[in-house]
Amino acid sequence: MTTDATKPGAAARPTLLQRIRNSDVWWSFTHSKSAMIAAAILALLVLAAVFAPLIAPQNPYDAAQLDMWKAELPPLWEQGGEWPYLLGTDTQGRDMLSAILYGTRISIFIGLGSVALSLLIGMTAGLCAGFFGGFADNLLMRFGDITLSIPTILIAILVSTVARQLLPDNLREIGAAAVLVLAISLSAWVQYARTVRAQTIVERNKEYVQAARLLKVPPRRILAYHILPNTLTPVLVAATLNFGMAILTEATLSFLGIGMPPDQPSLGTLIRIGNQFLFSGSWWIVLFPVIQLCLLVVVVNILGDWLRDVLNPKLR
Amino acid sequence: MLVFIIGRIANAIMVMLAVAMLAFLIFRLAGDPVELMVTEQTTQADRDALRERLGLNESVATQFVRFVGNAAQGDFGISYRNGQDVLTLIGERFPATLELVLVATLISLVVGLPLGVLTAIKRGRWYTESLQFLSIIGVSLPSFVVGILLILVFSVILGWSPSFGRGEVVQLGWWSTGLLTPSGRAALILPAIALSLYQITLIMRLVRAEMLEVLRSDYIKFARARGIPRWRVYFRHALRNCLMPVVTMTAMNIGSLIAFALITETVFQWPGMGMLFIQAVTFLDIPVMAAYLCIISFIFVALNTLVDITYAVIDPRLRGSH
Repeated sequence: MTTDATKPGAAARPTLLQRIRNSDVWWSFTHSKSAMIAAAILALLVLAAVFAPLIAPQNPYDAAQLDMWKAELPPLWEQGGEWPYLLGTDTQGRDMLSAILYGTRISIFIGLGSVALSLLIGMTAGLCAGFFGGFADNLLMRFGDITLSIPTILIAILVSTVARQLLPDNLREIGAAAVLVLAISLSAWVQYARTVRAQTIVERNKEYVQAARLLKVPPRRILAYHILPNTLTPVLVAATLNFGMAILTEATLSFLGIGMPPDQPSLGTLIRIGNQFLFSGSWWIVLFPVIQLCLLVVVVNILGDWLRDVLNPKLR
Repeated sequence: MLVFIIGRIANAIMVMLAVAMLAFLIFRLAGDPVELMVTEQTTQADRDALRERLGLNESVATQFVRFVGNAAQGDFGISYRNGQDVLTLIGERFPATLELVLVATLISLVVGLPLGVLTAIKRGRWYTESLQFLSIIGVSLPSFVVGILLILVFSVILGWSPSFGRGEVVQLGWWSTGLLTPSGRAALILPAIALSLYQITLIMRLVRAEMLEVLRSDYIKFARARGIPRWRVYFRHALRNCLMPVVTMTAMNIGSLIAFALITETVFQWPGMGMLFIQAVTFLDIPVMAAYLCIISFIFVALNTLVDITYAVIDPRLRGSH
C-alpha cells in the first residue's frame, strides 16, 4: 500500500495538502464552530508554551531574577498590582504568568510523552495478541484484565512511587518527568491494546492479508504495513481523548505531591503550591494555574469528542 | 449456571492473586524492610534475628505464599511508620470513605438521572445543548480542581461550610458516622459534591444515549398513540428500560469512586483511608500501601463479579458467552 508512493503514477496523485483539504474530516472541521474555536485555543496555548522562554517576562527558575520585594503581588488590575506582573506573583516573587507558561510546557510534554509510550505498548500488545492469537493473546489480555481491575490512579501512584524509589539519588530530579510518563503509560495502555486487538482480528482474515501471507511477506511486515494502518482510526480518537486524561493524571499526581518537584513545576505542582495560600487571600496563586489547566483539557476533550463523532458516525 | 458462577469466582480469585503478587512486588522493590525498621545502633545479631523473625531468609515463593495466606485472613502486618496493625488503621478510616462515596453516589443519581432524561427529550434546545457542553467541562475538570474551587467559593468567599475534616462523629459500635450530627453533615456536603461531579456527567451522558435509543422503539410510539401523557411515557415507560445499564455502571463505579476519593480526601483533609494511603506513600509505609491496594482491588473485583453473576441470573443469554 505505502509502496504506491514510489511508483511513477504517484506524481498524478494530489499532494498531501490537497488531500487534507478534500477530506471529510477537513470539511467537517470547517463546518464545526466549536472544533475550530477549540483548535485555535489549543494552538495558542501550545505555541505560548513552546515559546515560553521567548515570551515569558521572566525565567521563573532563575533565582537571580526573583525579587523577594515583589512577593505576593496581586494581578495587575487589582489594587497593588505592578507591571510587568500581569497575573501577580507568588510568595517567592515569581511571576505567575511566566510560571504558568513554563508549567504548561512541562504538562504538555509529559502528556505527549505518555500518550506516545502507551500507544507504543498498547498497539504492540494489541497487534501481537490479535495476529498471533493463542498463548500470546491469552497472556497479554489477562495482563490487561488485571490492569483494568486496579483503578488507574492507583496504578499511576504505585508505579511512580516504586520507580522513583528505584532511581539512584542523583537521577531523581531529572528522572521525575520520565517516571511520570512511565506511570501514566502503564495505567493507560490497555484501552489501545483492546481496540487494536479487536480490529486486528477483523483484518487478519481479510483477503489482502491472506494474499500477503501467501506471498511469504514476513509477519512483522504484514503487521506494520498491512494491518496497522487499518487499525489507526479508532486509536487516533482514543489517543486524543487520552492526551487530555494524561495531562489530568499528571496534574493529579503532582498535586498529590508525587509528581513534578517544586523546582520544575508542572501545572499540577503550581496548583499544589497555590493551594496552601487559599486561605491567606492570595487567590491568584492557585486560580490562574487552575484556569490554564482546565482550559487546556477542555479544548483537547472538545476536539476529541468532535473527532470521535466525525470518524464514527454510528456512535451518535 | 453453577459452572458459570464457579468460573467467574475462579476468575476473580486469579485476578486477586495477581494483585497480591503486585503488592508483594512492591515490598521487594522498595528495599530491605530490615533497613527500614532498625536504627543505627542495632547490632548485626539483632538484625539477623529480626530478619529471621520476619521470615526473610526463606525462599521468595514461601514468602509469597505466606503473604497471601496472611492477607486472606486480613493480616497485612504492622505499619512501618507507627507500628500499629495495618488492618485496624484502615478499618478506622473505612467508614469515613464509604459514607463519602455513598452520599456522592446518591447525589450523582439524583442529579444525573433527571438531567439525562431532560437532555434526551428536549434535544436541540439551547439549555440542553449548554448542558451537553457543561458535561464536557465536567469530564475535563480534575476532581482536585473541583474541590479547590468549591472551597474557594463556599468556604473562603461565602464562609458557608467547613473546608476540612469530618465534623463531629458518633460511634456506632466500630462504625463511626458523621451523618447524625449537624457539623458532620455540613462537613460532608462539599467533598461529596466534589466527588460526585464526574459521576453526574457520566450518568447524564449514559441516560441520554439510552433514552435516545429507547424513544425510537415501537412500544414508545404505541404508548404515545394510546394517548398516555408525555411525562408518563418518558418516566414510566422509557426511563425504566434505561435503568439497567445505569444501575450497573453506578454499582461498578463505586469501586473506582473509593479509589478516586483519595484525591477528594486530600483536598478536604477528609480522614478516610485515601488520605491514610497518601500519607503512607509519602512515608514509604509499604504495608499500608500494599493493604490499600489489595482492599481496593478486592472491592473492585467483587463488585464486578457480583454484577456479572446478577446479569447472568437475570439474562440467561449471557451465560454461554464466557
